[in-house]
Amino acid sequence: MTQFDDTVMLHAQGLSKHFVLHNQGGVKIDVFEKVEFTARQGECVILAGPSGSGKSTLLRSLYANYKPQAGSIYVRHGEAWVDLCAARPFQIMEVRRDTLGYVSQFLRVIPRVATLDLVSEPLIGQGLTEEAARKRAETILARLRIPEALWSLPPSTFSGGEQQRVNIAMTFVQDYPILLLDEPTASLDKDNRETVIALINEAKGRGAAIIGIFHDAEVRAAVGTRSYDVTEARQAA
Amino acid sequence: MADVIDHPSRTAAAETRAATGYNFAYLDEQTKRMIRRAILKGVAVPGYQVPFGSREMPLPYGWGTGGIQVTAAVIGPDDTLKVIDQGADDTTNAVNIRSFFAKTAGVATTEKTVEASVIQTRHRIPETPLSEDQILVYQVPIPEPLRWLEPRETETRKMHALEEYGAMHVSLYEDIAKYGRITKSYNYPVKVNGRYVMSPSPIPKFDNPKMDRMPALQLFGAGREKRIYAVPPYTRVKSLDFEDHPFTIETWDQCCALCGAGDSYLDEVVTDDKGGKMYVCSDSDYCEQRREAGHVGDGGDPAYAARNQIPAGDAPAGDEPAGDEPAGDKQ
Amino acid sequence: MTAAPAFRMPDPLLQVRGLTHRYGPHIGCRDVSFDLYPGEVLGIVGESGSGKTTLLKCVSGQMEPTEGSVEYETRDAGLIDLFRMSEARRRLLMRTDWGIVYQNPRDGLRMRVSAGANVGERLMAIGDRHYGHIRSEAVDWLERVEMDIGRIDDMPHTFSGGMQQRLQIARNLVTKPRLVFMDEPTSGLDVSVQARLLDLVRGLVRTLGIACVIVTHDLGVVRLLSHRLMVMKGGNVVESGLTDQVLDDPQHPYTQLLVSSILPV
Repeated sequence: MTQFDDTVMLHAQGLSKHFVLHNQGGVKIDVFEKVEFTARQGECVILAGPSGSGKSTLLRSLYANYKPQAGSIYVRHGEAWVDLCAARPFQIMEVRRDTLGYVSQFLRVIPRVATLDLVSEPLIGQGLTEEAARKRAETILARLRIPEALWSLPPSTFSGGEQQRVNIAMTFVQDYPILLLDEPTASLDKDNRETVIALINEAKGRGAAIIGIFHDAEVRAAVGTRSYDVTEARQAA
Repeated sequence: MADVIDHPSRTAAAETRAATGYNFAYLDEQTKRMIRRAILKGVAVPGYQVPFGSREMPLPYGWGTGGIQVTAAVIGPDDTLKVIDQGADDTTNAVNIRSFFAKTAGVATTEKTVEASVIQTRHRIPETPLSEDQILVYQVPIPEPLRWLEPRETETRKMHALEEYGAMHVSLYEDIAKYGRITKSYNYPVKVNGRYVMSPSPIPKFDNPKMDRMPALQLFGAGREKRIYAVPPYTRVKSLDFEDHPFTIETWDQCCALCGAGDSYLDEVVTDDKGGKMYVCSDSDYCEQRREAGHVGDGGDPAYAARNQIPAGDAPAGDEPAGDEPAGDKQ
Repeated sequence: MTAAPAFRMPDPLLQVRGLTHRYGPHIGCRDVSFDLYPGEVLGIVGESGSGKTTLLKCVSGQMEPTEGSVEYETRDAGLIDLFRMSEARRRLLMRTDWGIVYQNPRDGLRMRVSAGANVGERLMAIGDRHYGHIRSEAVDWLERVEMDIGRIDDMPHTFSGGMQQRLQIARNLVTKPRLVFMDEPTSGLDVSVQARLLDLVRGLVRTLGIACVIVTHDLGVVRLLSHRLMVMKGGNVVESGLTDQVLDDPQHPYTQLLVSSILPV
């Protein structure tokens, strides 16, 4: 990891992941092994492979939500490099706050917190004034066609599509240098899909590195720079 | 044990005056030495409560056993004792304690503040300023000022040791929150020498300022709680308060009905069954001294003073037969 | 990454090393070490008897551990071992720079003085002698924990359990502590009351940047509040890490059992 050029934003190497289910007789499930993988500024890497091949697991590992058994995930965090597999929780929190955005497949939100607050909170955490944060949150929510009447409500009662759009808003409200996207367009209608495609391409345009899983071939074609087949790693192992 | 025998309290003069069958001033010399050590420690650490081995006394707790033990430990045959209860020398408790020491120590007793060298008191500090050669002994029911807030002795001692007195102001805060002012009118907590928070015993807060830099030695004895503490002469004694709610003492619209004093603590005395009442000095000696000096009150009839245009608080002598009022029933 | 500067870590607020506490032959907790950073919320989970409360008592200075050290970054003199500093200093720390929210409000409140006095006491303890100021601070803090100002002079026992916990929180936060310990702050409350209290705590911790150690058996509480998690069993820390990592990808058999035991709603 000594010869990364200036465009490298994230580099995974020797990354291996398996699950051991201790309470089910210690079954071991291998997912991937020795993954080697780079994401650069301004590109969107599409994780490819059939369903169940470990795309989501890899993406979650890259967010440090899952814990790989071996390997490193180097992330360019401001001026420094942080290995998410070796970093302390405190560092990972900071990397997630400033550098690494993640849109999960399902909205996992804090119950009882209003949508607008959910979306603006991370900005306040970064030091924006409440008013500025609110403005940006309103902009992104409007762009994703969340009716203004819903802004003051917690999203737990929203429809699946609305929840997914809130989820996207929570991440895209910030200009993360690295974005991890797990099926962000899965349950969206055409108009909203177009919006998300536009958001992703804008992020690319400002130099963000994006790693994503997209089922929809149309979306893949619209945003993808190249693809990385997760099954390669398993076959190689 | 030689020092016990040589002690002045064992002089022949005292032996002859005191009743036989008792040691001088009732307590044995060992006990007195123990108490004196506690007193010395108390004097050395002003306001600090010193535990002592309180003895059984021939009267129940609550009747001044702590004060009596302190008095017994400091009194000598040449002392003159005054005992007051609620400011008066003629109440049951005061009379009994006075006769107790007259009998067991053979000391002279007095009702006059200026004549006394040792004054044992409950509920009051005499109005007449005390001097360097006097000792004021307080009877204390509950010596621990933090007790209402913290029931554990181990914890209150720690709070004293570490000067954690913030909680003391909580009770004053509660008063202001509820009544708009600090309503605590007696046993008003003080800080001694800038260090220990101390209970002044149940004296009215009117008397608190007298404790500050008092020339006389002040000793406090709590018999049931087995504590002795002290305020040496000329020691700072400050009543706790808030910057925006400073400590104040009680004032009255009336003057003493008997002596016309406007600067003394007044007791309300009911004079008949029809709601008649008047205000008289709680300090009976002070009142008497003033009357002897020719001061006269309005006899409980403010209208009288107004009618005759007597300046409130100091009616001319001889105009009113004030002495006929039942001034003695002040208990 | 040729000459990339190293990631700069702030100084930890609390440094726990090799902490062991024994109750006679019985182990309370064994060889626990961790750092807590400013603004960080650490959850300690485990079932009763796992040693989590023992650990909390030791790191919050309420009980001296048999072995190990607990160092706190004091404002004036850097890291100092809690049990090497004078008791006076430790107690001062506990009522100014720290807060402790107890499971039972009776342990954390003065039940015989009003809500306002409960909040004001810590100010009086650090020398505030201005009634008006104390009063307005009390009003301010009762508002911040969403309590009815009209009840400022009421006694704590007249409040509901949830309100008593709010009062406890206000009482602790009035001196703007940097570190707050919470021992099962929401257990014993109705679910809806619990939820509102958690929202409140979450909001306060975020806006005030308070570091927090929360002991609970409720994984929902830590999922919501804590950044980091320590799982305890039989006095040992069996797993620790980022909260979502530990809950979503538990490694230890006991953590897996714990996570799989949550009833779906």
